[in-house]
Amino acid sequence: MHHESATANNVQLVQLLTPDGQRVEHPDAAWTGSTDDLLALHRDLVLTRRVDTEAFALQRHGELGLWPPCKGQEAAQVGTARALRPQDMAFASYRGHGVAWVRGVPPENLLGMYRGTTLGGWDPAEFNLALPAIIIGAQTLHATGYAMGLTLDGAVGTGDADRDAAVMVYLGDGATSQGDVLEAMSWAASFSLPVVFVVENNHYAISVPVTRQTAVPLVRRADGFGFPGIRVDGNDVLACHAVATAALERAREGHGPTLIEAVTYRMGAHTTSDDPTRYRDGTESDDWAARDPIDRVRAHLQQLGDHSAAFAALEDEAEQLGVDLRAACAAMPEPDLADQFDRVFVDPDPDLQRQRGDYVAWRSLETGGVA
Amino acid sequence: MTRRMSIAAAINAGLRAALESDDHVMLMGEDIGRLGGVFRVTEGLQKDFGERRVLDTPLAESAIVGTAVGLAMRGYRPVVEIQFDGFVYPAYDQLVNQVARLHHRSSGQVRMPLVIRIPYGGGIGAVEHHSESPEAQFVMTPGLKVVAPATAHDAFWMIQQAIASDDPVVVMEPKRRYWESGEVGDTPEPLHASQVRREGQAATLVTYGPMVRTCLDAAEAAATEGVELEVVDLRSLSPLDLGPVVDSVRSTGRCVVVHEAQRTLGLGAEIAARVSEECFVHLEAPVRRVTGYDLPYPPSRAEDEFLPGVDRILDAVDSTTDDSVYAGGES
Repeated sequence: MHHESATANNVQLVQLLTPDGQRVEHPDAAWTGSTDDLLALHRDLVLTRRVDTEAFALQRHGELGLWPPCKGQEAAQVGTARALRPQDMAFASYRGHGVAWVRGVPPENLLGMYRGTTLGGWDPAEFNLALPAIIIGAQTLHATGYAMGLTLDGAVGTGDADRDAAVMVYLGDGATSQGDVLEAMSWAASFSLPVVFVVENNHYAISVPVTRQTAVPLVRRADGFGFPGIRVDGNDVLACHAVATAALERAREGHGPTLIEAVTYRMGAHTTSDDPTRYRDGTESDDWAARDPIDRVRAHLQQLGDHSAAFAALEDEAEQLGVDLRAACAAMPEPDLADQFDRVFVDPDPDLQRQRGDYVAWRSLETGGVA
Repeated sequence: MTRRMSIAAAINAGLRAALESDDHVMLMGEDIGRLGGVFRVTEGLQKDFGERRVLDTPLAESAIVGTAVGLAMRGYRPVVEIQFDGFVYPAYDQLVNQVARLHHRSSGQVRMPLVIRIPYGGGIGAVEHHSESPEAQFVMTPGLKVVAPATAHDAFWMIQQAIASDDPVVVMEPKRRYWESGEVGDTPEPLHASQVRREGQAATLVTYGPMVRTCLDAAEAAATEGVELEVVDLRSLSPLDLGPVVDSVRSTGRCVVVHEAQRTLGLGAEIAARVSEECFVHLEAPVRRVTGYDLPYPPSRAEDEFLPGVDRILDAVDSTTDDSVYAGGES
C-alpha cells in the first residue's frame, strides 16, 4: 500500500539554486533576473538576518520581552515578498520579519509589540502589509476577505498592470491544522479569489513536528480545494521568487488562488523563550545549516564575479543597521495607559471615558498630583 | 409619516435603505440571498442589489466574520448574518480576537465598520442552539458595541445606525418578535440611548430585546391592580446608557432586571451593581433579577418555564414592595 507522509519526497520540489550555489533549471519555474537583482536579493536576506539577530540580542539584553526569530526562513519570506507589487496586499505571520523588510516597514517598528510599547507597529495601509495576527491562521480569512474586496473593486483581471492586484498571505505548517485556514482556502477557491497562500513549512510548530499536522505533503491540500499547489525549496530565494511571481500573476489575472509550500527550516527557537534542544535530534540542525538560504546566494554570486567590494559595503550597512536598531529600540516611547482608552472605539464610549477619568485621577493621586 | 410593519420587515427595510445609500454596504451570510434568509429578513434584497452585494456564503461562520474583517480593511461595510444565536460560537474567535481589537491594535489606524446581526433568544419551540442569548459575552468584550432593538421603529433605524457606525456593532435581533408589528416613525432615537417605554412609580423594570414586550405586558397586568411599573428599554447593551435607569430607580426605589439570558454574570448582574453604586440610598429593596436559569437552554417544551414571564416578573416586583421581606419584621 502506498504510504505518504508530510516529508515525502514524491512531490517535486522546485529548486533553481542548489545549496552549493549552482544554478539549475526547472520546467515549471524560471528566474531571469540580472546580477544586480541577485545582489539586491542577497542584500535583503543579509539585512533581514541582521534585524533578526539584533532583535534576538536585544531580547537577551532585556530590551525585548520576546522575539520570534526568522533565521533560516529569510529566502522563503524575501523571495516571495519581492514578487509583490506595491498595490498588492500582504498578510504576514508574527515571524515574517523578512516580509516586513521587503514591504519597507522600518525595522524598529517590528520591535514595539515585543518590547511591549505597542500592540501593532505600523499603519497597514501605508505599507500594504497587515499587522501580524498572533492567533494562528486567523489572518488567512482576513486575506481572503481582502481579496474578495479587490475583486468587488474591479482590481483583478483588467489587464492593467498598475491596477490589477492580489493578496499574499503567510502561514506556518502548524497553521494548516487550524479550521480558519481550511475555511479560508475553501472560500478562496469557491469564489476564485486572487490570494496566494504561502505556507512556510519550517518543520515545527513550537515543538511539534510537521508530521503531526499532516499525513501528506502540505502542498497536496491544494488538490482538495481545487487550485494549484507548488512545493518550492524555501531556502532558495530564486525559486521562491519565481513561483511567487507566477502565482501572483495568475491571481491578478483573475484565475484564482495558489498554495505555495515553501519547505524551509526554523534554524532557531520558536521564540526566545523556547528550548529546541528538548525536541530536536542532534544532527538535524547541522543538516539544515548546510542548506542555509544566504550562503548559497553568496556562493553563486562569487561564481559570477568578484563582488567583494559589494559584500564589504553590505557588511558595513548591516553593522550600521544594527547600531540604529539598538538606538531606536532604547528610544521607543513608553506607552501611556490613558492613551489606550482612546483607541478602543472610533466613537467614544462614554462609560469607557469615565473609566479613563478614574484612571487619570488615580494616577494623579499616586504621583502626588502629577498626572 | 409612520408606517406599520413587522420587526422583520423593518430590518429588511433598514437594510434596503443602507444598501441604497452606500455602495460599500454589503450583506453576507448563509441562505440570505436567494432564499431571503431562514427568517426572510433579507427577502428580495439579492434580487434587487445583486449577488455581489447580497452574498450567499459558504457554511462557515468563522470565515463569514473573518472575511468580513478583510473586506472592512479594503473599505467595505459588511453586514453579516449569523443564522442562529448558537452558531456564533465558531466565529467567536474572529469576533473577540480580531473584530473587537483591530482598531485598538493598530493604534486607531484600522477601522472595523462591521455589523454582526444575530437573531437571538428563545420562545420559538426550536431545537438546541437555536434559542440562545449570548449577548453578555459580547458586552464584556472591549471593542464591540452591542444593541438590541425591541420595536419595529428601533429595528428599522438601529440597523441603519449600526451600519453607519465606524465601530463594530453586534445587533441582537429579537427573533421571537420578528413577526410582531409596530409603527415606524421618521425620526430615530440615538443608537446608544435607553428609553422609558412606560412610566410608573411603584418599581422600575429594566429590560431589552424580546423581554421588552413581556415587561410591558407585566406592567399592564400590574396596572389593573393599581400598581404602576416603569419600564426602561436599554436598547444599547454596550455602551450602556443607565441615566434613565438611575433616574427611574431614584424615583421608585425598586429595580427588577429582566432578561432571557442565564443569570450568572448576565447583564442583570452589571445593572444591579451599577444601580447599587448610583442609587444606594434611594433603594428600598435589593435589586432583583428575573432571568433564565443557569442551565443549558432546555428542551423547547420546557422553555416557557425557563423564560421569564409575566408572573415571575410580577412576583419579583412584589418581593421588592413587600416591606415584611426586607424590614426584618414578622413574615
